[in-house]
Amino acid sequence: MKRALPGFGLSLGFTLVYLSLLVLLPLSGLVFKSSALDLGQFWDIATGERALASYRVSFGASLLAAAINAFFGLIVAWVLVRYPFPGRRFVDSLVDLPFALPTAVAGITLATLYADTGWIGRQLEPLGLKVAFTPLGIVVALTFIGLPFVVRTLQPVIEDIEPEVEEAAATLGATRWQTFRRVLLPGIFPALLTGFTLAFSRAIGEYGSVIFIAGNMPLISEITPLLIISKLEQYDVIGATALACVMLFISFALLLAVNGLQWWAANRHHGKERTSL
Amino acid sequence: MSASIRKLLAGLLLIGALPAFAQTSLLNVSYDVARDFYKDYNPLFQKYWREKTGESIEIKQSHAGSSKQVRAVADGLEADVVTMNQASDVDFLAGKGLVAADYASRFPNNASPYTSTMVFIVRKGNPKGLRDWPDLVKPGVQVILPHPKNTGNGRYSYLAAWGYALGQPGGSDGAAQEFVARLLKNAPLFASGGRDATTTFMQRKIGDVLVSFESEAELIAREFGQGEFDVVYPSLSILAEFPVAVVEKVVDKKGTRKQALAYLDYLWSKDGQENAAQNYLRPRDAEVLKKYADQFPPIKTFSVDEVFGGWSQAFPAHFKDGGTFDQIYQSK
Amino acid sequence: MSEAAARRANTEPRWLRLALTAVGLGFLFFFLAMPLAAVFSQAFAGGWNAYLEGLRHPDTLSAVWLTVFIAVVVLPFNVAFGVAASWAIAKFDFRGKSLLITLIDLPFAISPVVAGLVFLLIFGAQGLFGPWLGEHDIKIVFALPGMVIVTLFITFPFVARELIPLMQAQGKDEEEAAVSLGASGWQMFFRVTLPNIRWGLLYGVILANARAMGEFGAVSVVSGHIRGETNTLPLHVEIVYNEYNAIGAFAAASVLALLALVTLAAKALVEWKIRQETAMRQADLPPDESSPRS
Repeated sequence: MKRALPGFGLSLGFTLVYLSLLVLLPLSGLVFKSSALDLGQFWDIATGERALASYRVSFGASLLAAAINAFFGLIVAWVLVRYPFPGRRFVDSLVDLPFALPTAVAGITLATLYADTGWIGRQLEPLGLKVAFTPLGIVVALTFIGLPFVVRTLQPVIEDIEPEVEEAAATLGATRWQTFRRVLLPGIFPALLTGFTLAFSRAIGEYGSVIFIAGNMPLISEITPLLIISKLEQYDVIGATALACVMLFISFALLLAVNGLQWWAANRHHGKERTSL
Repeated sequence: MSASIRKLLAGLLLIGALPAFAQTSLLNVSYDVARDFYKDYNPLFQKYWREKTGESIEIKQSHAGSSKQVRAVADGLEADVVTMNQASDVDFLAGKGLVAADYASRFPNNASPYTSTMVFIVRKGNPKGLRDWPDLVKPGVQVILPHPKNTGNGRYSYLAAWGYALGQPGGSDGAAQEFVARLLKNAPLFASGGRDATTTFMQRKIGDVLVSFESEAELIAREFGQGEFDVVYPSLSILAEFPVAVVEKVVDKKGTRKQALAYLDYLWSKDGQENAAQNYLRPRDAEVLKKYADQFPPIKTFSVDEVFGGWSQAFPAHFKDGGTFDQIYQSK
Repeated sequence: MSEAAARRANTEPRWLRLALTAVGLGFLFFFLAMPLAAVFSQAFAGGWNAYLEGLRHPDTLSAVWLTVFIAVVVLPFNVAFGVAASWAIAKFDFRGKSLLITLIDLPFAISPVVAGLVFLLIFGAQGLFGPWLGEHDIKIVFALPGMVIVTLFITFPFVARELIPLMQAQGKDEEEAAVSLGASGWQMFFRVTLPNIRWGLLYGVILANARAMGEFGAVSVVSGHIRGETNTLPLHVEIVYNEYNAIGAFAAASVLALLALVTLAAKALVEWKIRQETAMRQADLPPDESSPRS
């Protein structure tokens, strides 16, 4: 295929230079620093009992929070774009707040809300549901801080859907559900997956809000970033970089898998389109 | 585009590199809750210094978690003096050659101008009748404390309980470890810091007892009201020392040695000691301590040096990876 | 097809619309409105005067300025990178695209504390360039430049990640048409691409902006916490809170909630401009050719 559009070299070149300077160079510094450890020491730090437990907590809670955000975020984005209701603009403008609120404030506030004496915790307590200072609290905090991602990546894509497409599907006799499943969802799926990925990766690294609501009990509610801080508190910068590298590699692998999946899905979708035309 | 970006960057560098105001200024890098103390102390010192030398001096404050602060100083934060809440933090700077190796003997009293101790904050009327450390390890008592491994006050709480158990008849390291393990078992959570522990206990009403610095009880009263809690003094507790030091490298570079030394020296003056007492920190000066006696009930304390051979021994033994704290949480 | 039938085909049944609205708003209520209400209730725990008193904390104002300044400096970088990266990724095919996207995502997955640490390892006194910087008396960390760089790092992916799925969904037909009609590269970009991506760009910028203003962890590592000098609003909030001044802390935090108003205003402005433009274009065209899109 001939490249008809201009600006490929310029945009990609700028992207790569900027990426290298701001991200790759610093991160390779991190890997370099941790290479002061020999392989055995690195392995011991990376696979200690507490470290392994913390990966389970961090990655498990992040996945769950991202999934919650993907499901509800899709509904919220859909409602905000498609259904007019009083106060919609105001609700819409509130969506970015979890980012603007300092994470510590978010953590303190959520812990107070979900503690047994809090507005929400009080309602949950008779049900035997404890949220604050349990792993569930971590999920709540991570859901909060990742909330804008899915909504904000989906919104412009949903706004962009051409009404003709839906009309055509309806004219051809498709039910609303079929139209959604077959026509709309493939179009917004990449954005949904992007939102999920972003919410997930943001959750993995989050520290500030989580420590206030997690309870921080070893082996139960300890997240990996807390262990990194713990190393720094011992002035063990190299140990901290080792754990940071482990997180970096796992995150990188997971993100690569998700992005690969997205690419594959997009191609499959395009392929179908082409054959059906 | 790129030219304007470059200009912007150059401008930013310039702002960063701009020499501070021509007036002499000191940067005091300190721990979290010391602000009230230094907010009152700095004007006292400025006045004293102006009267003595005619020089007016600007003092900048930096406050954050203690070990985070010393790491920043090691990484280039240009502190003239450090005022910390734990000797291990200043030891770290001594290890880096930034402060004198014998910093503790450069000033009186182990270079700690005031002290504090760990006490119990209990619910009004002390409904569970908690009087001493053994009451805290009883089943069914919930203890709130900051993370024992990652925070300064958490470490003091941990060592206080350890030292108490060690000092009992037949006390040994093994017995102490078991005692502390039982204490930690009664903790439903580890708060992220002293302030977080207080919020959890006072506002969220979790737990029967909060282990905290004596000086913090006053801050708690200020925010939550005097009548909301009682303070219980255990039979034995730890002496918390707050070491100060001059950062040699920085004062040599900036030429502020004289001022920095005077700034720290003045902490031991009557004014400095009174200021400590007014902030509920126990002054070293016997006269001042006597004057504020109602504020500071007598309590038997032990220092980290006496029981643990100093922070340089206590820290690796208990709080480094694989130390006693980690051992307690190893699954068997 | 009649208009009524078309509308029916394009919307869900009434009960479903209501149900979805209820679920969506319910979710936002628990995860957004309640925490926000709690922040404000803490800020106003002592009444209006205490709130204002809390805001009047001597260092609050300088913290607000510093926060806004950093956010403003970071903004053009994020826009430039975001547009460039999404243009290359969404409009062209090349090998290693998934890898590139993953690398762009990476700064999110890095714990903010580690992000700060990384730059200390480079610019700190014990870091790679530390000694050289020290000799030349250039301050990066514990000064403004370091805080800007770290903020750039943590907001790095926002605009690009917002635009990539949008541009992919839009395809490249319109731009190709513009180019084949003889438009130059920049003409095509400003006349076709930019109007198409305006919402995505706006959301990306607002998100990045919110994150830049709210970031604590990474900035905290390189700030040095010097009062009135290198304390941003989130750092200031934390310190005030740790000093047992909850009202002051939550009052300062509530200032950041005003960002919602900025969002509101920005969206209203963009909508207004678009309406104006379409009105102008319609006035230019003969009536039968104007076919406004919904």
